[in-house]
Amino acid sequence: MNPFQYERARDVAGAVRSVSPRSKFLAGGTNLIDLMKNGVERPEMLIDVNRVALATIDSLPDGGLRLGALARNADTANHPLVRQRYPLLSLAILSGASPQLRNLATNGGNLLQRTRCPYFMDPVFPQCNKRAPGTGCGALDGFNRMHAILGASDQCIAVHPSDMCVALTALEANIRVQGKSGERTIKMADFHRLPGDTPEADTNLKPDELIVSIDLPPSPYAAHSHYLKVRDRASYEFALISVAAALELDSGGAIRSARITLGGVAHKPWRPEAAEKLIAGQKPSPSLFEMAGEAAIAGAKPYRGNAFKVEMAKRAVARALANAEGVA
Amino acid sequence: MPHDFFRNPNITRRECVTVLGAAAGTVALPAGAAAATPPKNTVSVALRINRQQHSLQLDPRVTLLDLLREHLGLTGTKKGCDHGQCGACTVLMNGRRINSCLSLAVSHDGDEITTVEGLAKGRTLDAIQSAFIEQDGFQCGYCTPGQICSAVALLEEARRGDASFVTADVSRTGPAELTEIEIRERMSGNICRCGAYPQIVAAVKAVSEGGASATRSKEDRQ
Repeated sequence: MNPFQYERARDVAGAVRSVSPRSKFLAGGTNLIDLMKNGVERPEMLIDVNRVALATIDSLPDGGLRLGALARNADTANHPLVRQRYPLLSLAILSGASPQLRNLATNGGNLLQRTRCPYFMDPVFPQCNKRAPGTGCGALDGFNRMHAILGASDQCIAVHPSDMCVALTALEANIRVQGKSGERTIKMADFHRLPGDTPEADTNLKPDELIVSIDLPPSPYAAHSHYLKVRDRASYEFALISVAAALELDSGGAIRSARITLGGVAHKPWRPEAAEKLIAGQKPSPSLFEMAGEAAIAGAKPYRGNAFKVEMAKRAVARALANAEGVA
Repeated sequence: MPHDFFRNPNITRRECVTVLGAAAGTVALPAGAAAATPPKNTVSVALRINRQQHSLQLDPRVTLLDLLREHLGLTGTKKGCDHGQCGACTVLMNGRRINSCLSLAVSHDGDEITTVEGLAKGRTLDAIQSAFIEQDGFQCGYCTPGQICSAVALLEEARRGDASFVTADVSRTGPAELTEIEIRERMSGNICRCGAYPQIVAAVKAVSEGGASATRSKEDRQ
């Protein structure tokens, strides 16, 4: 690990005042410390925000929920109001990492997780435009079994690793952030970005901004939602494909509205709104859910090692929707 | 002379490894020695470890794991992968299980840390420790301190009703029933390369069902 200065922030204002382009905020540290050990991240200063009072989960007047940026993933997944109103989010969080990691990892930190692309994670690989812009993409013609099939560029085909963010995208969360010039809210859909020509930027967060909360709007999906995760081992593994599926059914059992978001397929959680619209107003059926799966992967472009993901994503969408419908 | 250590039954494995390493011509480096010059900036941190207060001045790069092992000689906690992938370094922070390898020691100011060395009450083992012995929950033993700390926390999480990914309906709250599949999911953060998983699950299940025999004293094993 490179030497760095260490400072404990007492409040949001103090943390934001101290931040510079060469510093990083330290929360749970489960990803940042790992990357520092590898030499991928080399901050000159860490601003420890663990004692900043942003760890509560509170009801909002509109029936939504405010998740503190520093609430731990485990506490968020197990909060009674999250389990009751947003079981999709609980499931997504519980599908990721291990109990030990979820006890440290924070909600804000989860949003800022970096890709686990091996060419990014290990500086022994010379090529990675995300880690060292301009060096090329080692995965493009290399080991790309885990990589993107949607929204990638020839500069980067990495995928976003988070499960929590897939559910937050489906639930249309809003991210409240505070920087030197004040507070703003970023829609979850606009928080992460596609790689384009600047894959070094994972998000649209400015360097001086600290995430303060994740706000969830009221959701009609609590009764019919499911998080499906397909992976190489049954637990403690990143997704090959994951799907957050949620259905709002009317009294006659028809789909009033649907939410579908995929993980493991793109540089950000991938929400195929065309597939959602396709099934709205229809009666649920296996063939309808298959059509949704087909629509969800429109434009997919696989690479040498991950062609299987296209069919897998299609089927995973259909199965997640069927499971969502079946959950009483 | 190194061969003396084989005659001394009270020597610990660590002392043995240290001496044999020195005999083989290796030199133990102090923590932080990789840097060209000793780090100048240190940070003060006060924390409790196994009910004992420590006030320390540390290089901020020191992980909680390295603090325990290299600075305080608490070598029960093991370093496996050092990247949060194996769980060998699991300790309890204010009763919660965490990977000590991914956490800076200086960020634990005011925290209460419990390692495997702190689980026994005097000479009486924790119920999980006894169950691991009775169920033969290990082979080489390297992952065992992490498995045990993890299992202690797991039981408390289940008691207070935490859900897991295999819980049938997460929206229903209340104490979690620890079926075999639940235990496997909840212990997945601890890898056992020897593959003692069936016995580890049996140990956790025995304690969760209250079926483990009463805790036994260390003397029983000697």
